[in-house]
Amino acid sequence: MAVENRRLGAAMFLPAVAYIVLLIGAPFVLAVMYAFSDARIGTVGFHFVGLENFRSILQSPSFRAALRNSVVFTIGAQVIVIVCSTILSIALEKPFRGRGFVRFLILLPWVVPISLGAIGWKWILDSIYSVITWVLVWLHIFKPYNAPMWLGEPHLAMASVILVHSWRLIPFSTVIMLAGLTAIPKDIPEAAAIDGAGFWRKLFQIDVPMMLPIISVAVLFGTIFTFTDMTVVYILTAGGPFDSTQVLPSLAFATGIQGSDLAAGAAISLFLVPVLALIAYFMLRAAYRAEVA
Amino acid sequence: MPLMLTAGHRKFWAGALHLAVLAVFVVLLAFPFYWMLIATFKQNIDLYNTDNNPFIFNLKPTLDHLKLLLFETGYVRWLGNTALVGAIVVFITLVLALPAAYALARLTGRWGQRIGIAIFLTYLVPPTLLFIPLSRVVAVLGLQDTIWSLVLVYPSFTVPFSIWLLMGFFKSIPSELEDAAMVDGLTHFQAFYKLVVPISTSGILTVVIFTFTLVTQEFVYALTFISPESQQMVGVGIPIFLVRGDVYFWGSLMAACLITSLPIALLYNTFLDRFIAGFTVGAIK
Repeated sequence: MAVENRRLGAAMFLPAVAYIVLLIGAPFVLAVMYAFSDARIGTVGFHFVGLENFRSILQSPSFRAALRNSVVFTIGAQVIVIVCSTILSIALEKPFRGRGFVRFLILLPWVVPISLGAIGWKWILDSIYSVITWVLVWLHIFKPYNAPMWLGEPHLAMASVILVHSWRLIPFSTVIMLAGLTAIPKDIPEAAAIDGAGFWRKLFQIDVPMMLPIISVAVLFGTIFTFTDMTVVYILTAGGPFDSTQVLPSLAFATGIQGSDLAAGAAISLFLVPVLALIAYFMLRAAYRAEVA
Repeated sequence: MPLMLTAGHRKFWAGALHLAVLAVFVVLLAFPFYWMLIATFKQNIDLYNTDNNPFIFNLKPTLDHLKLLLFETGYVRWLGNTALVGAIVVFITLVLALPAAYALARLTGRWGQRIGIAIFLTYLVPPTLLFIPLSRVVAVLGLQDTIWSLVLVYPSFTVPFSIWLLMGFFKSIPSELEDAAMVDGLTHFQAFYKLVVPISTSGILTVVIFTFTLVTQEFVYALTFISPESQQMVGVGIPIFLVRGDVYFWGSLMAACLITSLPIALLYNTFLDRFIAGFTVGAIK
């Protein structure tokens, strides 16, 4: 019976595993091979060239900018997302009238296609017709002719892509944390309230520590979704001005697809792997703990 | 006299703070959609005049942008492409994920959970790592510039997550059900597709909605594999092809964003809790 079950089990899950191996495993191996080759769009074969691609990208200023920007983009967005979604999840946990509708509005940035949300922001941050600029001019903070170009100046452009990406991720982290908050046993906060702990003390000594495991889940997923994303950057700035918002995925696209240099593009995207491996390790550790406990 | 906060005061201020926090976040997160709505119906001479207050209609609202979008752009065609790809990918995902999830939840014992976790981890391998080799695979197979390239590739991320969601679902069904059916002479596989699948409608529906929304949200593969305007998906067609040269048709662009987003948002919102449960397994007991 057990043997029969195992055979049937294997027959039922192997097709899915085969699909995943062919479309994730095999391309991954190909990406590694391309990184050490001279593959280009328009040809079929390739030759191995050793570390040549890595040598040339490590010397390229664009790559160094992308590496640095990727770190800033990822950490910046995570900090904003975690702070905002912790606050928002605590505010949303209490039942109130209209919570369902408020939740729907708050979730919009996550559930709509990101390319469409990003193009909406491109209009809000437009160089001439930006509503933010209009308000600042109206408040006499800027004169119309020297208003900031949100996507046209390096630091402002970086801040813009970080904020738009955070806008997209805050709802996702918030619902993950809400799920975690609802799972916190209610008797502990209540006991604390009876003991006379005020709001802030209760927040920092009880709520936040108890939320830490779920905050770490949100950070792990958020880091992956940010570090490997190119949509927001591609639509808002296409990496510009002067590579000031170029991140590793957008540079890999610009080099490998638009520039036809598959090999260099693959080499650039391989720099995503160490971070992915680290996160996979933390997730496996959490899963293992859950299995043992 | 020292400032004394009575319990009533404190309650009032806590309520006010709660309301303020919610209001600020609702405005920040939902504002772009309000902005799309305004732009959709504004006349161009109103939209492109920085002397006008941009928050209100200074001139009569117009349907011109919607007309342009529906009758003079590829938008309707892109909607059709997206629906077709979505439907086929949903079908492939169900055919692969349903049996796999059932097997891993019921038949493979302790290893099932581990294989399940390994499969889930592949969901985390991002398109931005695989799109370069896949672009060549797609070209070699002759699928470049057709929606079939996406039909082939999209299940690679919808299947892993769906298996993970369905595993949790199947584990919640009591196994006495299949045991009884097998005593009545059905094989285990018959018990699966005659009994378990029909009572799993809500799990299947979650996978259908989830897969379909993921298809509409994907950007990188669609941008990489497909260049002709007529073959686009909405997620790429709108931001890339509603721009002529350097000219953005903002009214139509915002209209397209809004009317594409709202149905997706409504669907997704309904199934969100189950979707999130997939991410938090293990962290919450």
